[in-house]
Amino acid sequence: MQDLDVIVNEALALFAGIDDADALEQAKARFLGKSGALTELLKGLGKLPATERPAMGGRINAAKEALETALREQREKIQSNKLEARLKEEALDVTLPGRGAGCGGLHPVTRTLDRIEVLFRSMGFEVADGPEIETDYYNFTALNQPENHPARSMHDTFYLADGKHLLRTHTSPIQIRYMETRRPPIKIIAPGRVYRVDSDATHSPMFHQVEGLWIDEHITFADLKGVLADFFRHFFERDDLKVRFRPSFFPFTEPSAEIDMSFGDGWLETGGCGMVHPSVLRNVNIDPEQYQGFAFGLGPDRLAMLRYGVNDLRLFFENDLRFLKQFN
Amino acid sequence: MKFSENWLRTFIDPPLSSRELADALTMGGIEVEALEPAAPPFDQVVVGEVLKVGKHPGADRLTVCEVNIGTATIMVVCGAPNVVPGIKVPAALPGARLPGMEIKAATVRGVDSHGMLCSAKELGLSEDAAGLLVLPPDLPPGVSLRKVLDLDDQVMTTKPTPNRGDCLSILGMAREVAAITGAKIEVSGITPVPPASGETLSVTLEAPQACPRYCGRLVRGVDARAQTPLWMVQRLARSGVRTVSAIVDITNYVMLELGQPLHAFDAGKLNGGICVRFAKNGERLTLLNTETQVLTPDFLVIADDSKVLALAGIMGGMESSVTDATRDIFLESAYFDPGVIAGKSRVLGFGSDSAYRFERGVDFSGTVNALERATQLVLEICGGAAAAVSEACAELPQRAPVSLRLKRAERLLGIALDPAEAGRILRRLGFGFSESAAEFQVTPPAFRFDIAIEEDLVEEIARIHGYDRIPAATPVAHASMLPAPEAQRDTASICGQLVARDYQEIITYSFVERDWELDFCGNDAPLALANPIASQMSVMRSSLIGSLVDCVRFNQSHKQARVRIFEIGRCFSRTEKSGHAQTMRVGAAAYGDALQEQWGIPARRVDFYDVKADVEALLAPSTAEFQTAVHPALHPGKSACIVRDGMTIGWIGELHPQWQQKYDLPLAPVMFELDLEYVADGALPAYREISKLPPVRRDLAVIVDEGLGYQAIMAGLKGEQPAVVTDIALFDVYRGAGIENGKKSLAFRVLLQDTHKTLTEAEVDSAVSKLIQVLQQRFNAKLR
Repeated sequence: MQDLDVIVNEALALFAGIDDADALEQAKARFLGKSGALTELLKGLGKLPATERPAMGGRINAAKEALETALREQREKIQSNKLEARLKEEALDVTLPGRGAGCGGLHPVTRTLDRIEVLFRSMGFEVADGPEIETDYYNFTALNQPENHPARSMHDTFYLADGKHLLRTHTSPIQIRYMETRRPPIKIIAPGRVYRVDSDATHSPMFHQVEGLWIDEHITFADLKGVLADFFRHFFERDDLKVRFRPSFFPFTEPSAEIDMSFGDGWLETGGCGMVHPSVLRNVNIDPEQYQGFAFGLGPDRLAMLRYGVNDLRLFFENDLRFLKQFN
Repeated sequence: MKFSENWLRTFIDPPLSSRELADALTMGGIEVEALEPAAPPFDQVVVGEVLKVGKHPGADRLTVCEVNIGTATIMVVCGAPNVVPGIKVPAALPGARLPGMEIKAATVRGVDSHGMLCSAKELGLSEDAAGLLVLPPDLPPGVSLRKVLDLDDQVMTTKPTPNRGDCLSILGMAREVAAITGAKIEVSGITPVPPASGETLSVTLEAPQACPRYCGRLVRGVDARAQTPLWMVQRLARSGVRTVSAIVDITNYVMLELGQPLHAFDAGKLNGGICVRFAKNGERLTLLNTETQVLTPDFLVIADDSKVLALAGIMGGMESSVTDATRDIFLESAYFDPGVIAGKSRVLGFGSDSAYRFERGVDFSGTVNALERATQLVLEICGGAAAAVSEACAELPQRAPVSLRLKRAERLLGIALDPAEAGRILRRLGFGFSESAAEFQVTPPAFRFDIAIEEDLVEEIARIHGYDRIPAATPVAHASMLPAPEAQRDTASICGQLVARDYQEIITYSFVERDWELDFCGNDAPLALANPIASQMSVMRSSLIGSLVDCVRFNQSHKQARVRIFEIGRCFSRTEKSGHAQTMRVGAAAYGDALQEQWGIPARRVDFYDVKADVEALLAPSTAEFQTAVHPALHPGKSACIVRDGMTIGWIGELHPQWQQKYDLPLAPVMFELDLEYVADGALPAYREISKLPPVRRDLAVIVDEGLGYQAIMAGLKGEQPAVVTDIALFDVYRGAGIENGKKSLAFRVLLQDTHKTLTEAEVDSAVSKLIQVLQQRFNAKLR
């Protein structure tokens, strides 16, 4: 039956060349349709002698199956070609920039304050706040700085025109306001803006401070050293950082210390600290024989300068977007 | 305080290098701010005596000098205008290395020159380059200049804390060095000058609490024109004190040496005895700095029988001051109470070295000693004959014993202390004490004004023991959690939200220009500062708007076409009862394009509604009303006050064109400002059951008058909303073709749903017609 092989080969060759689904179905009809070539051969089986019929029937069926398989494969191929073509057509330049709204950023000092807050909160310090227009009592007197005390000249104070109020020169008044209404244990930090009559590359008439206060029965100077040394190492994420405590004077702490820090060459002042002065505790009706503790004041602007390598404090308050965006 | 290290080392000489000594002082509590050489390095410079000055044959401005350098006479070509025979000047010899140059024998315009005669500037001693540095005539030619001027010295600059007035002298620093290093002070005591006469001036203390001790003495026949010796000039110079005249120099020198301010009067100008009293109201005195003061009774003065002579402890008067013609002087050494001097510099507007010391406390046991020392120097330098010391003394300050419990010190410091070490420290500090059972009774010396309570002593023990030797400990404390109110948003999260919406945070000064308050807040009586640093920082801001506008302007002028900024800060205003409101606000400004210029999205300017979306997001989940209202800073047709629960919590709007022009902005920024408190106020989320049934959507388009605000219509709908209506939202606003002039079309999407059953067509229709009814009846709307 040479006829059958010819038909099968012709069909397979035809199918393989078709890349359209409809054309493929039409081609299928030529061989397997009602008057298709194979259908005709099947119809002709009855004319064969009975002994040949089974063998011939078997061959025709095998040929039919081969065509069906080829058709199925060709259909899948056409579909996958089509998908591939679509995908190719739809492909983007994925390297083009994304579209839509951008993102702003935090001021470097806020970044720094947030960081300071996170570190002290992790140690259980609560965050407190207080007014920026203060009275003489909270800014000075309650902090053991009576009128005409030479220490007052350490702070060049902005006064309001009413003569009664001033802009706080430090965040320490928050200590007093907080302790007036709470009893120990007290464990707070208080970040905020402070003001002094001073302006050059390292001084701004407005700058920031973070006050810290921990009062309990057994909080010592050694604890103060431990907490601050720990803070600086975590803040700068450097274990080789050196911190030293240098005797100093603040009217509201005793013993008092300046906190200096070093990355290896020279010392940088980063804040003041000390054990809360007994007069301050007495001013808020806390018995200094029972309770004691430490207070500190850090300069976040300076910490931000050191952390990010900024060399002029004034940049922080000029608000040049080209500067600010460097911290986003 | 600035001083010569060599001077200090004549009092005490610990085996430490300059650097080590400075570090030891710093770590002991007297910060050494600077340690600088008294002179830059140079060598082979000697004292030269100019013998002859001849004209240079080849140059009009040059001279050829014959100079005696001790071992030889050399010829030097010189260009200084002040060179004359007989003067002594620094001569740099061939091979000398001066700052920035090397000296060689050379031929200058045909004449051999074997060195160089130097100005102070060429040696790096001062900026004076006008001529040669003329040296005192008594210096022997040929000796090293470094040696005669004591140039191998360091100048120390200390920054003693305000409580340590006792460290404002060489003697005080020596005591501190002794306490810190354990070295011993080697200083021969001052021998009293035997009086040549018994003549005294009477001294009356009319204010014995303010001035409990006043000593003085006449020295007659002094030469007021005498030269101040070189060594004294050098030491004064290293302390930053210029030489005035021998007598004034001596008083300054003794003040620097012993810490006791002194004053010298021209005795010829005094009339009768000395009286120390408070000024009478309106008394006048012309001071040494030529300022005439009208005095008030809180100023202590030194007076004679007819007039005020000096402001006690602060400054002498012009009239009674020592001049070149003075023959007789009256030297004053007194103790004034710190409380009387304190604060006076601020009132006067100037200070003095004397006031600086008296207000911090001067050793009241050293009054006579300092007078003797000054007398000695006057006699040595100016000659004359010293009369007897007049002394008036009332009740001097008491030094009450202060108790120090070692246990207390240990508890404060967190270390163990050895009683023997504590005793050693107290002794080194010069404190008298007795001890029993680890409790010390300490009597502070007269020079210390800062030891009154136990903690003062604890600090002394700690600093001399060494802060370095106190270990850094990890505190042990009760652990308790901090509250974290969920309905309250913290400032950081508010910042974070604004940052996510493309705003850049700024921090600006709280004090602003007066005009900003007037322009942007209509505030003609702002909270003013009494002592602003500059006129553009003279009043406290009551709004962030001015600062935002200014920052936009600043960045716009730096070629930033698009600026989006925000600030969180306090705003200040007066309240009733003379108090101040100090409200935290958040404010923002958006300027330029809505989005950064980019591909695929056409550029458009940011507008009111863009910024309104930012405000709504910030206030979410709660909502607020936006009411048309007039704000001085904003465009009246493009601004709204933001109201919640009947209270104005902020403003939003475009900058008023008037200010856009005045503040030089090409475009108007859109801005908002909100009270932070209300932004932080949130709510706990509450769960509502989710319906499993599909919602039904109906759209309603109505035509209403142009003047009718969306918010009123929506409020009307929501107020009457049937229970099955779950949401109403505006999805289109249309004006133009098909809509009558003066009208607009609003399209609402209405979602209806029931949690438990599918709504019937009838139920939906009924609910929608209820809404239509509201629109028609209350807002005169026509269905489109």
